Amino acid sequence: MSQMINHDIPDDHEIQIEKKFIPKDLDIDKDISWARINKDVLRSLDRPRPIFWVIFFAALALFSFGVYCEKYQYDNGLGVADLNNPQVWGLYIATFIFWIGMGHSGTLLSALLHIIHADWRKPIYRYAEAMTTFSLLTAALFVLIHLGRVWQFYYVVAYPNERWVWPNFSSPLVWDATAIGTYLTSSLLFLYTGMVPDLAICRDNATGARKKLYTFLSLGWQGTDRQWSTFRVTYMTLACFLMPLAVSVHSIVSTDFAVSQNPGWHITSFPPYFVAGALYSGCAVIITLFILLRYVFRFEAYMTMPILNKLIKMTFAIAMVWNYLNLIEYSTVWYGDNMIAKQQLLDKMTGTYAPVFWGMVFCSTVMPFTLLIRFVRTHLPTLMVVSLILNFGMWLERVQIITPTFGHSQYPWTWTSGWWPSWVQFGIVAGSFGWFTMLFMLYCKIFPTISMYEVKEMVHDQGKMLKAKKVA
Amino acid sequence: MKSHILALYNDMEEAALVLDELNTTKLPGFSMKDVVIKSPIEHPELSEKLGKRPVYVQLFTLMGVLLGPITGLTLVASAQASFIYQIRGGRPVVPIPPDMVLTYEFFILSGVLMTVVGCFIGWKLPGNRSPLYNTRVSEDKIGILVKAESSAIPFLHEVFKKHHSLEILGEEK
Repeated sequence: MSQMINHDIPDDHEIQIEKKFIPKDLDIDKDISWARINKDVLRSLDRPRPIFWVIFFAALALFSFGVYCEKYQYDNGLGVADLNNPQVWGLYIATFIFWIGMGHSGTLLSALLHIIHADWRKPIYRYAEAMTTFSLLTAALFVLIHLGRVWQFYYVVAYPNERWVWPNFSSPLVWDATAIGTYLTSSLLFLYTGMVPDLAICRDNATGARKKLYTFLSLGWQGTDRQWSTFRVTYMTLACFLMPLAVSVHSIVSTDFAVSQNPGWHITSFPPYFVAGALYSGCAVIITLFILLRYVFRFEAYMTMPILNKLIKMTFAIAMVWNYLNLIEYSTVWYGDNMIAKQQLLDKMTGTYAPVFWGMVFCSTVMPFTLLIRFVRTHLPTLMVVSLILNFGMWLERVQIITPTFGHSQYPWTWTSGWWPSWVQFGIVAGSFGWFTMLFMLYCKIFPTISMYEVKEMVHDQGKMLKAKKVA
Repeated sequence: MKSHILALYNDMEEAALVLDELNTTKLPGFSMKDVVIKSPIEHPELSEKLGKRPVYVQLFTLMGVLLGPITGLTLVASAQASFIYQIRGGRPVVPIPPDMVLTYEFFILSGVLMTVVGCFIGWKLPGNRSPLYNTRVSEDKIGILVKAESSAIPFLHEVFKKHHSLEILGEEK
């Protein structure tokens, strides 16, 4: 103990060594005490800033409007959504892909950064994984909503049956349902397993109903050496499974389009294009939520600017990959000999949906370059706006994949120039954002959004590193 | 009769000294196998001092990745085969390439599920918890729990005290 106290008071020589060896911006304050980490994170479960409730009730209102629109559509049929041949998917499937994509980043990035031992993931991965879970739940709603006949959703689920109902196992739609189910289950287990040590901390500090909940969920975790070693192997194994799974899920979503013969969809580069797009939109949402949670739950000491800076750099890199694949997609069509696909591409750029296309180009191709400006990276309100624009751009990207192709496909007599989704579609899409935000904010109020034990590890490792450098 | 004793320490260095001393102790009714570390984060340096304690999760994972694809392909193929009397227009009843996609998903799902099952079994949770626990081990302290014959407890008590334990808890079983 006395040794520790001596280390806490650095002399001039130590300060010089620190200046020489320690990176200018540490990801997190190395002197933060473990007890304070517990206290800060547990406080977030009790007393967030009042704006938490403003966000929650705004989300609830939006969700209620979405429920009203869905009920209206349920009572009156898909006609009220203006869905008819050839525009059979509209905003529903575009938004479905958007949510699946958003769900992609949380678990995938958490798993990837865990495997490569990128420590800066530790204060932010928990909420990113939660984001994945709620995004997938939201995406699954659209599969049901777009059917119209919601009660027949089980037609898309792959399972053996003798009811003369024939799920077409060669159809990407069946693959899709299976892949999403697998991803949701695995992501949920990944999130839960990683949270057990923190749930035990909550259990040790909670009272009343919360104590019962945390006691049940923490399964009696006591942090023994055997539990930790088993936990490490499990968590790494799950991370290794989730990496290829996440890639497979969005590749399979892309096959919904790529294995069809529709112009603009039948493209070899679609799977990597979808995966890159998913990562891109997911990273943008992680930035949005980073800024939001940092303020609402007073996490300034943990969600630090150096970590945000790394997140921004990664987002920019992924944005460039996505742009490259986007360019490849259009170039392949442009230089190919499929005249229908070329016409469809031209129509996308100059026809009814030109605002959607050019909106996407502005939001997703031009806007990422603003991340190179220091002011944008360091001024959080501006960065928040930029991240929301990136998200909007990625949503437009999904719309411009679906709607123009249906509206300008193989046969001229099916062309639907001038078709726009009805207010019901927009209402349900808005409701889905309310549903996601509501669930996410509830989660943040009940479960720790920062991994306490991993932040402690981070502080511990930084201390060890500093000690080793001093010895050297 | 064996009893439990738990000592709390401020930092890893102190706990390491205790474990070193316990390792060299030859005391009747005490074995290093009965020593458990409780800590807020994993301390591999301390765990090493307890000797090799194998983890069996990988065996469950292996079982999962073997059973998953076999079960998946069987389920899908049997469902397709149940429509053998329908007109297939020359297409195979059980098309292998598209079925591989679903088989792959089953492979991952089963691997994940079995890994988690293996983890819970490895944790011995829920249930079978250590009898002594202090909430400070989930905050910032390191606990050393020992199960030993009652005759060895006073000696262990002395060892813990010698290395500046913050608190010593005991319980008879």
